[in-house]
Amino acid sequence: MRSLRRTMLFVPANNPNMMVNAVVFRPDAIIFDLEDAIALREKDSARDLLVEALKTVDYEGIEILVRVNPLYTPFGETDVRELVKAGLRNIRLPMTETKEDIEKLDALLWELEKENDIEPGSVKILGAIETAKGVINAPGIATASTRMVGISFGAEDFTRTIGAERSKGGQELFVARSQIVLAAAAAGIDAIDTVFADVEDIEGFRREVESAKALGFAGKSVIHPSQIPVVHDVFTPTMEEVEKALRVMQAIEDAEKRGLGVISLDGKMVDAPVVARAAKVVRLAKGAKIL
Amino acid sequence: MENKGIGQAGSLESNDLIVTVNLMVGEELDIELESTVKEKFGKQILRVVKETLEEQEITKGHIKIVDKGALDFAVRARVKTAVKRAQGRDI
Repeated sequence: MRSLRRTMLFVPANNPNMMVNAVVFRPDAIIFDLEDAIALREKDSARDLLVEALKTVDYEGIEILVRVNPLYTPFGETDVRELVKAGLRNIRLPMTETKEDIEKLDALLWELEKENDIEPGSVKILGAIETAKGVINAPGIATASTRMVGISFGAEDFTRTIGAERSKGGQELFVARSQIVLAAAAAGIDAIDTVFADVEDIEGFRREVESAKALGFAGKSVIHPSQIPVVHDVFTPTMEEVEKALRVMQAIEDAEKRGLGVISLDGKMVDAPVVARAAKVVRLAKGAKIL
Repeated sequence: MENKGIGQAGSLESNDLIVTVNLMVGEELDIELESTVKEKFGKQILRVVKETLEEQEITKGHIKIVDKGALDFAVRARVKTAVKRAQGRDI
C-alpha cells in the first residue's frame, strides 16, 4: 500500500535529543536535515551523527528521509554515499531544477546499491522544487527516475526567484503549487506542499493546509511538532466520505467476482479515478485511525 | 589532507557531549571523562569511546569527554568526528 505522507517533519541532524524524540510526535515521515539547518563547518559532524542514529535508533515504522546537500556542493555526494551505506532508503534532494539533477542522483544510487549489496532500485527519491526553473521543469523531474516517490514545493526560495514577496494569501504561489500537483499526479507520485514558517500562527497554518488539500497535495512539510495534529486533522476524511469510499470498494470487489467490467453505484458510473479516490480516502481514514 | 592532531566535536546541549582529541601526545590512550551521569553510566560511556577509537585504529593520545547524558549513538558519532577532524578530514 502507498505510504501516507500527510506530514513530513524536518529535524536538524545536529541535535541528538530531537533526533531520538521526534518519533513521539508521530509524523508520517521525518526528514533529517543536513542542508539549510546545518552550518558549513558542521556538515561533517551532522552527517556522522545521522549515520550512527540510522544504524541504531528504532523509528517505529515512521518513514525516514534525509535532506542531503545538493550534489553540486562539496558535501552532497559524501552525504549520499555514507547514509545509504548506513541504511537510508529515502533521499530528499533539494534545489531540483531539471530532470538531469535527478538522473545524476539516480546514477549514483545504482552504483551504491551495487557496491553495498542493496536491492537495485530500492533507494527512493523525493525531489524538492524551489525555483521558477524547477517549477517549469516539474513534469520532467517527476518522471526522471523509477525511484521517484514524490516532489515537494519550497516556497521561500521560489518567491525569491520570481521576485515576489511571500504573502499570507499565497496568490504568488498558486500557479507553482498547481503545476507541482499536476506533475505529481500525472507521474503517479505524491505532491508535498511547502513549509509554513510562522509556528505561532496556527489558524493561518490551518488555512494553508486546507488550501493545500483542496489543490490536491498529499501532505505538507512541517517545521514544528505543533503543526502535525493540524495537518492530520485537515486530512482526516469525514465519516460520510469514508462510508461512500467503502461502498465503492465493495462494489468494485463484487463486480470483479461477477466478472463485470463497468459498474455503477447509485446510478453513477464507477471508473478508475473514482476507485483511486476511494482508495485514497480509505488510506487516509486508516492513517487517522478512524477505520 | 593535513594531520592537525587536534580535533573537537559536539555540543553541551542535553543528550549531547563534546569530545576533544589530541593524537600528538603520549604513548598510550589517556581518556578523561566528565559526565552528568558518570556514576551510573561512566563505564558504559568509556566502553563505547574505547570501541570507537579501536575501530578507527587510534592507540595513543589524550581524549577528553564532557558528557551531558548522551546516548551511545551520539558518543560514537562525536568520537568519530573529533578523530577525523584531528586527522585532517576535508569534507
